[in-house]
Parts: sequence; C-alpha cells; structure tokens
Amino acid sequence: MANKIPRVAVREQDPKVRATNFEEVCYGYNREEALLEASRCLNCRNPRCVTACPVNIRIPDFIAKLAQGDVQGAAAVIAEDSSLPAVCGRVCPQETQCEGSCILGVKGEPVAIGKLERFVADETLGQASAVCAPANGNKVAVIGSGPAGLACASDLAKWGYDVTIFEALHKAGGVLEYGIPEFRLPKDKVLRHEIDEVRRLGVKIETDVIAGKTVTIDSLMDEEGFKAVFVGSGAGLPKFMGIPGENLCGVFSANEFLTRNNLMKAWRDDYLTPIHAGKKVCVVGGGNVAMDAARTALRLGAEVHIVYRRTEAELPARREEVHHAMEEGIIFNLLTNPVEILADDKGWVKALRCIRMELGEPDESGRRSPVPVEGSEFEIETETVIMALGTSPNPMISRSTPGLETNRRGCLVADEKGATTRKGVFAGGDAVTGAATVILAMGAGRTAAKAIDEYIKGL
Amino acid sequence: MFEILTKEMLTPAICRMKVFAPRLAASAKPGQFLIVRADEKGERIPLTISDFDPAEGSVTIVTQRIGASSADIIAYEPGERFADVVGPLGLASEFVEMSPGKLASQRYILIAGGVGTAPVYPQAKWLKEHGVPVDVIIGAKTRDLLIYVEEMRGVCDNLFICTDDGSEGFKGMGTNMLEKVVADGHKYTQAVIIGPMIMMKFTTMTCRKLGIPATVSLNTLMVDGTGMCGACRVSVGGKTRFACVEGPEFDGYEVDFDEAMRRQGQYKAEEATTNEKHVCKIGRGK
Repeated sequence: MANKIPRVAVREQDPKVRATNFEEVCYGYNREEALLEASRCLNCRNPRCVTACPVNIRIPDFIAKLAQGDVQGAAAVIAEDSSLPAVCGRVCPQETQCEGSCILGVKGEPVAIGKLERFVADETLGQASAVCAPANGNKVAVIGSGPAGLACASDLAKWGYDVTIFEALHKAGGVLEYGIPEFRLPKDKVLRHEIDEVRRLGVKIETDVIAGKTVTIDSLMDEEGFKAVFVGSGAGLPKFMGIPGENLCGVFSANEFLTRNNLMKAWRDDYLTPIHAGKKVCVVGGGNVAMDAARTALRLGAEVHIVYRRTEAELPARREEVHHAMEEGIIFNLLTNPVEILADDKGWVKALRCIRMELGEPDESGRRSPVPVEGSEFEIETETVIMALGTSPNPMISRSTPGLETNRRGCLVADEKGATTRKGVFAGGDAVTGAATVILAMGAGRTAAKAIDEYIKGL
Repeated sequence: MFEILTKEMLTPAICRMKVFAPRLAASAKPGQFLIVRADEKGERIPLTISDFDPAEGSVTIVTQRIGASSADIIAYEPGERFADVVGPLGLASEFVEMSPGKLASQRYILIAGGVGTAPVYPQAKWLKEHGVPVDVIIGAKTRDLLIYVEEMRGVCDNLFICTDDGSEGFKGMGTNMLEKVVADGHKYTQAVIIGPMIMMKFTTMTCRKLGIPATVSLNTLMVDGTGMCGACRVSVGGKTRFACVEGPEFDGYEVDFDEAMRRQGQYKAEEATTNEKHVCKIGRGK
C-alpha cells in the first residue's frame, strides 16, 4: 500500500550553521525523494486538497505525473493555475490548506504537497510552458508586482491582453522581494526566474512608478488608454503600538528592518545600505513577519528575543517557521507585552519595559485574549526593538482616485469578483483584505482577472 | 531612462544635475522630493526636486557630497544613467493647494541654508509666477558655498544674502538676517525654512519670536519613501507622522527637532564603516 510509506523527510541546513548565513534553510527534495513522496498520494476521486488550495491547483494530477517521472508534465499541470509555484512551494501555509485537508493526514502524515510543488518548480525554472492566446489589443494596467498583481497579469496575458505592471519600488516582486528573507525565498536563484516567466508571457513591468504619485488611475485610463486597472498594491504601512519611546533610536518597524536587509541587501558587504541590529534585539509580535525579522537579526549576529502577548499555541506564524526559529536559538518571551521603551542618555534604546500577561476569556476571533497581570512589570535590556505588529494598506491610491472607496481599516472596498466602487477598477490581495498570505493574494488576482476579462468583453 | 542630461559643480562639493525622468517631470510639484539609486548596490537616497520641466521630461537635482552614496551620485557624468529615479514623493507645498483668495493675502519669506537653497528655488518660482510677494534669504558659511544666487534673484522680490564670515552680503546667520529684515520693516505672513535640521530648529525659534508662522521641510532618513518603512517618523505636535507621505513640510512650531536630529544620525556608526570600505567611483570611466 502506497500510504504505508512514511512521509519523506526534507533535508535542511544544520540550525547552528544556518544561524550564521543567509543561505536557504530547506534544501528541498532530490528526484529520488520527490518520486517516493509522490507515490504516497492516493489520487482521491474527490480531492479535498484542490478545494483547499486558493488557486485550485490540480494537485493529484501533477503528483501523478511526477510519480511517473514526468516532471515537465507535472509543471504544465501546475502552470495552468499558478504562475509562482517555486514561491508557493516555499511560503504557502500548506498545513492549513492543501496538506491540512489531505486524507492521509487523518491517521498519519499528509502528502508533502508543498515540497513536491517546489521540486517540480525548481526542476523546471525558466522553462515556461504556458501558451498565450493571440493579442486582443486591450490594455490593462496592474498596480503592484506582488503576488496578486503577478497572478492577475499572468492570466490576462495568457488570454491575449496587453498588460503593464506598475511597481513603486525598483525591483518587481512586492512583499516577495522586500519582505520575505533570502533564507526562506532565494531572490536571484528562485524569485527572479518566476518573475521573468511572467515577463515571457508578454507582461511589461515598469518599476519606479508610484500609482497615486507618478501616475494616477485616472491618468492611466484617460490618457494612456488602459481599459481596466487592477490594484494589487498590498498592505505596506507598518503599525506601531503607541507606547512611549517608539521614536527612540534603535526602534524599527519590521518593514524597515526587512526592506533594508532583503530589497537593499544590507546583509551583504558590497551593498551600501546600512542596517542596525546590535548585540541584542527584541522583536515584538508573533506572526511570520516577526519570525522573519527575528531570524534575520540572528543572522546579523544578535541575540534575539521574540516578545509576544499570548502563548505558543496562539502564535500566528506558521508552525514550520516557529520550529525553525526555535531550532536556531531565538528566545521566546511569551505572555509578555511591552508597555514602554526606555532610553539611555543619548536617546537610544536601553531596555524594553514589559508586563506579564495571562489568558482570559476567548475574544471574537475565538482566541483567548491576554490580560495584564497587575504589578508584574519588568525590564528586558536590549539595544534594538523591532515592531512586527502587522501592516495596513497604503492610502496613496485611494486618496488620489475619486470614487474609490475604502473601509474603516483603510482597505479598498471590492465585491467577491474584485470589482471596486469605481467602474473599470478592480482590486485584490492585501489591499482589499489587509495583511494575509501570498496564495490568497494570488487567488484574488486570478478572480479579478476573470472579472476584468468579462468587463472588457462587455464594453 | 534616467539619463543625466547636464551636470555642473556649483561648489566643490555640491553638484547640479538634470536627469531625464519624463513621468516624474510631468507630475512634480514644488515641495516634493524624489529618490535616486545610483546603481544596483547603491542606497535609495531622497533628494529634493530643484526644478522640473515637463516639456523636456527632465528634473533637476542638487546633491551635496556627504558620504559614500552621495559621492557615487555625483560621480555620474552626462550620458550615463542612474539605475533608478522615482517620485514625486511627499505632499506639495501648502501654497500649491491654497485658494486664490487666501493666496492673495500672503507675503512669503523663504529662508534657505546650504544645499537647502536648491529646493527653495521652485517654491519662489511658483509664488512669483502666481503673483504672491516673496522674499528670499540665502545663508551659507562662506561666499564659496553660496548656491543659486543668480537664479533666485529672478524669482523673488528681495533677495538677502548672508554668510557666517561676512565674505558676501550680511555677516551673520539666517536667523540674524531674518531679524534684521523684519526690523527694517518687511512684513511676512508665512516663512518657509529649508536647510540643515539644526538651522531649521533655530530659524523656527526666531520666527516664533517674531510671530511669523514657519513651515520646515524635513530631510529625514528613508528607505522606500512611500510610507512603508517608517524610518522617517517624526514627532509633530506630540503625534508620530511619516515625513515621506505626510510631509516633508510640517509646521515648524510643532516639530520635535531634537528627536529628529537624533533619528537622522541613527546609522552613523554603520555609515562610518561603509565609508572606510567605499571605493570612490569618480573617474571610473564608465
């Protein structure tokens, strides 16, 4: 029986070694391992994994091809639904999506769908197999080159649209480029290739163009002839706690810290952008971004503490990331909440004043909400504080576009198909939902692409 | 894209360049800034926009050599291209959005220090073009460091020059010059101060003493310039604001300058190491 084979373990860099470098943590499967793991798939008649995938990749079909040794065929199946498989194979929360619903997981370990997707994608990098329909002459603008924008642009290009992506930063990729570190998603080795494949579909990417500043949605539609616009501008604004001392020297948003390190490559000696970690760093927050910031600071040579107000069970980061962080020696200060950042006489961070927390009644999200334990304040000496408390959408586009409505959290209002309150303007990804995952953004980009196609055909 | 069209050294350390950036030139307004990344390994450096010409598709930047990254920018020659020039960033000056009625009652004094003189130029030019009375004070350490004197003369009603050593114009700092100009009977409804943080701090104090509202343009640290990193945060009236998207101009009376100056120096230690390692690219024959 195929399912008697245990899940094939994936090889990883030794935690002690990887804590000192920015090389990828996970080596991924080799061909032999991948084929063995692929043989575990039961090829269910009603595959729950496909429904659980936000872009509905035909998972059993690609795994079946792979099990037969047909890697190209497997890649072609994935390419029908995803333009970023090497990215998704690495950063998707498979445990709550495809793998979380795998029938093998009921009694044992689910098929390692993510690692198989990654293997197929890595083996076929730079060999795009998607075919485009003949050009239909309709121009569509996509704002932002993150996961939502790339997914939307890819589908539209395959259907024959003339697509231009406008990117505010100097490199395409959005959060994949500035947010996710090299050790989880290698930039030149992996990300560049997948973005180049989107370009090969005929998608133009214009960097250094800020929608809402350099151009406006109105100028694109009225003066440059774009029939529709997709806004996938993400959630880029960092949140702070609003506690005293947050503007001291040595307090950074996770966005700043990670952007310096990832986009600007501050970890490399030959790049000019500086970064400051110091000897000891406290990262406030418990999500994936907090783990990324913590593990980056560790690799820059600091002793790193995570400060999180609930318990390990409530950490919003992926289990794999928490596990990796713990292996690498990140210290977790749980049920702990900062109340003030204390300064030395030069205006630099000296310590983080915290209060102990305990879990009270469950809140509306179902999680037990933390309440402070009175009189339990204490100080953690630290040189640097990194705030990783989440992000919200940038108001630059909504403010510069008459008729484009936002909700009270600053997110663009869009219906289930991605249509905003402005005719011809569609949106998806974090700009609509607030900070979520790469794959959800890709799903929203694809949904909006369908709506844009219908909209333009109806003009 | 981003070809350098012209280049001239205004002083041995201050360089003026006209750069081809048509989308930016078409959308820029006085008070806004841009970001230059010279090459793949360079920093993203925020620079004020000193002029823009939509017809030619050019923007003018003025850069002072202070560290490795500004030296790299200055090392570029006409015909070469920067990797990236992005903008316009930040909000336009308040007067750009003012109603004609309100604008008609204004009398501006623009106070420029050092390399900050360059961004004052498009502001004076805009005010002059819109018929608003505008005087300008340019201050520098010494005569050789004065820039934009002739250009400015053409776009303001009265130009006052001062140098710390008296080698040109009035001997004294911008603050002393301002006090003298006001004592001589000039009246203003609004001051705009652009220069080094310390100069803006003290000039704001003088404005407060003289009862003139003061706007300052903050040159904070930044990475993306679009509100993403928060490196530029400043305390204004006790609230945290992002200079890149809510500024760069703020009410000087409300700005916590001491905090802003400390934050500006946050990467001094790291930059000192970079400067030691940095190989100057001047004359690299690119």
